[in-house]
Amino acid sequence: MNDAGPLLEVEGVSVRFGALMALHQVSLRIERGEILAIIGPNGAGKTTLLNVISGFYHPWEGRIRFAGRDRTRLKPPDVAELGIARTFQNVALFKGMSVLDNIMTGRLLKMRGNVVLDALWWGPAQRQELAHRAAVERIIDFLEIQAIRKTPAGKLPYGLQKRVELARALAAEPQLLLLDEPMAGMNVEEKEDMCRFILDVNGELGTTIALIEHDMGVVMDISDRVVVLDYGRKIADGTPDQVRKDQAVLDAYLGVAHD
Amino acid sequence: MTEILHGLVAPFADIASNPSFFAEVLIGGIAAGLMYSLVALGFVLIFKASGVFNFAQGVMVLFAALTLVGLIERGAPVALALLLTVGVMVLLAFAIERVVLRPLVNQEHIILFMATIGLNFFLEGFGEMLWGANVKRLDVGIPDTSFKIGNVLVNRLELTAALTAAVIVTVLAVFFQKTSIGRALRAVADDHEAALSLGIPLKTIWTVVWSVAGLVAIVAGIMWGAKSGVQFSLSLIALKALPVLILGGFTSVPGAIAGGLIIGVCEKIAEVYWGPLVGGAIENWFAYVLALAFLLFRPQGLFGERIIERV
Amino acid sequence: MIYREAGQFKTSYAADQAIFPIVQDRVLVTLGILVAFLVPPLVADEYWLQAVLIPLVIYALAALGLNLLTGYAGQLSLGTGGFMAVGAYAAFKLTTSFPALNILVVFVLAGLMAAVVGIVFGIPSLRIKGFYLAVATLAAQFFLIWLFNKVPWFVNYAASGTITAPPRTVFGVMVTGPLATAPVRYVVALGLLAVFALVAKNLVRGRVGRSWMAIRDRDIAAEIIGVRPLRTKLLAFAVSSFYCGVAGAEFVFLYLGSAETLAFDITLSFLVLFMIIIGGLGSILGSFLGAAFIVLVPIFLTNAPHHVGLVMPVALQKQIELMVFGALIIFFLIVEPHGLARLWQITKEKLRLWPFPH
Repeated sequence: MNDAGPLLEVEGVSVRFGALMALHQVSLRIERGEILAIIGPNGAGKTTLLNVISGFYHPWEGRIRFAGRDRTRLKPPDVAELGIARTFQNVALFKGMSVLDNIMTGRLLKMRGNVVLDALWWGPAQRQELAHRAAVERIIDFLEIQAIRKTPAGKLPYGLQKRVELARALAAEPQLLLLDEPMAGMNVEEKEDMCRFILDVNGELGTTIALIEHDMGVVMDISDRVVVLDYGRKIADGTPDQVRKDQAVLDAYLGVAHD
Repeated sequence: MTEILHGLVAPFADIASNPSFFAEVLIGGIAAGLMYSLVALGFVLIFKASGVFNFAQGVMVLFAALTLVGLIERGAPVALALLLTVGVMVLLAFAIERVVLRPLVNQEHIILFMATIGLNFFLEGFGEMLWGANVKRLDVGIPDTSFKIGNVLVNRLELTAALTAAVIVTVLAVFFQKTSIGRALRAVADDHEAALSLGIPLKTIWTVVWSVAGLVAIVAGIMWGAKSGVQFSLSLIALKALPVLILGGFTSVPGAIAGGLIIGVCEKIAEVYWGPLVGGAIENWFAYVLALAFLLFRPQGLFGERIIERV
Repeated sequence: MIYREAGQFKTSYAADQAIFPIVQDRVLVTLGILVAFLVPPLVADEYWLQAVLIPLVIYALAALGLNLLTGYAGQLSLGTGGFMAVGAYAAFKLTTSFPALNILVVFVLAGLMAAVVGIVFGIPSLRIKGFYLAVATLAAQFFLIWLFNKVPWFVNYAASGTITAPPRTVFGVMVTGPLATAPVRYVVALGLLAVFALVAKNLVRGRVGRSWMAIRDRDIAAEIIGVRPLRTKLLAFAVSSFYCGVAGAEFVFLYLGSAETLAFDITLSFLVLFMIIIGGLGSILGSFLGAAFIVLVPIFLTNAPHHVGLVMPVALQKQIELMVFGALIIFFLIVEPHGLARLWQITKEKLRLWPFPH
């Protein structure tokens, strides 16, 4: 594995739905250990970009490399196996399962399977289950959700659901964590908590993070680098300060007519 | 191996060698297909307007036919009996809306589906209690005889059924496109809450839709009952409507018609020409296998939009 | 509840993940199982065992199997009757071809055969969902029944077209065939149910169950987490069909004695589906409660008018039975859409807090 280069490289990726070009020749790099923010007006193609990275859509043209290796056409489970985890814009928890089971599901790829031993709940199967429970409990402590362990995920308030979703993604111990609007619909206090968690994950676990966010204050505070998308194209890429002063970005947000 | 190949290919030669027989098989298939279409139409109407997959549609057909026959047997003139049956079906729609749908509003689709299973049992028991469980002959005054067009035998009853179905579909299409209640219906189908917020009365809409589905059931019941007698097996056509819906899509009125015809025709042709090779009676499962094969290539149905999944 | 879990602190994850974490529950369940094994064979008469308890236990196993597929993995199936038929006919062919083979082994092999068939008919589930999948399983139902009807090899060329359970013993006790007594058949069926219920519980509380439920609740999110849909769904089809296959073999060998394909037609598929709907989707307990409900309510409805002195014709009684049954389904859905198991859970929660409502 090539440890020196960027963790993820997106090269000239285009995605189209029929006549609609959702992404147009977008290129970007995610460096190891950084927090990258992806911003842009509604419909700019931010979520589509995450979907391409996690293998849910496949690009019409262009390439995606993870840790130096080409992986443009992998399926979602294979992408997960590489060490990429994500959360979703409209929370996608398993509503009928408890919080604990949701987070345990995040560790699925770390578990070895043998249906017969599972059926008997015996030997390695039981030991494995307990070891992973211990790991999940550490994440539960870290995100301070001990009290809702056994609650069905569908019954939680929105802010907590977002937190559980982060826990589920963290349970996979990913190298790259993709967060799709992790703070949408949260109040100030919840946002502060979430910022702290994101910074802690990045600082303590060394996880690389790419996040989509609309709250500019948050973006400027926590990200190392910012990429701006508009109408499926990348229009800026730089530190928060550079992006803030970029004329193209100002135009996109203030609505200058496209010619 | 060559024998198997021969067995698969030979029926094509049969078809080519006797085109007028083939035409008769085709017409038989279309006639059966129209019945499927009518039942499927009831499904589609209700599914479109309330998102309910009405398992009881088949029993509604049976119930309508039983009521009609029962009234005629008790000496009511055909026209009066028909009118009364229409009244009964509308009344039934009111009752279903009040007792079943209203308490379950905003529940998941699967739960409403289960409720219609309950309805299925109730109506079956109720219908038989009122009118008895014996097989009954339904005589609507159209002889079940055939006449010749060129070399092809055509059954009068089947022809009438075909024409009736065509009329119903046209009326329904106009109803949906041109009347205000039809427009409201389509709005409800797209989004319950949005429709409610626009002041569209959901309860009225549902009652209307279930009434219309009841009327379609009467027609299907008359046609089917005249052909093979009014009996319990009528309610099992509901299952045959499933592959029809798969082909046509759950929300498309023309789809239900086309799907029914395709299933009816393919089933008949397969049974007549290929059935004997494997011992016959393949009509029982052929429709499902056909729908299954179709699904693997076009999961959205004939008239459905391509589904783009989002997260 | 009369008892509470207050004061019982769990000190290990193993204890917290036990099937019944509360001591009193464990005691009660153990007692319940003992009673189920011992009391009916000693007390119940032939009618109760043959007409009520044996079918109840076998239906419970089939319902459990379908619940794994539909309730846990979210794949709607109307092919239960077909898969049960595979089990029955496989058991018949196996035990008539290899008479020396232990009948319990035959049941398990028959289940495995059904599992293979289940996998084949589960393949479309990768591309199609919900009601669409129901059609695929209907194809299985009708095709399998047709196959068993048309190919005389399956019935050993019997002119009657029926399969009959031959006499077989386990440890010297007659288990199947005309000479097997009802208490023995009951105990064998209950033993199999107990073992397979435990296995099912183990599956659903671990890795496998979580991937099933993940696919059921949010298939796309599950895939992005790393659940492989084809493998997961096919496993669900295989395990579920295994259960149905064993239940089907028992249906002929321990209950009916002999059967035609008619015993496994589409009405059986619906019957088992109703059991899990009424009992509760995604609940092991629900499978049992549902089976009990579907078996006992008609018996109650048949006998109730008699006990209050009402005499009515059989046909009328049958019709009233249908009506009450249908009305009960609707009533339960309105009161508690998630089945008897949830109703039981809610009652327990309320009792736990009693007499303080909050």
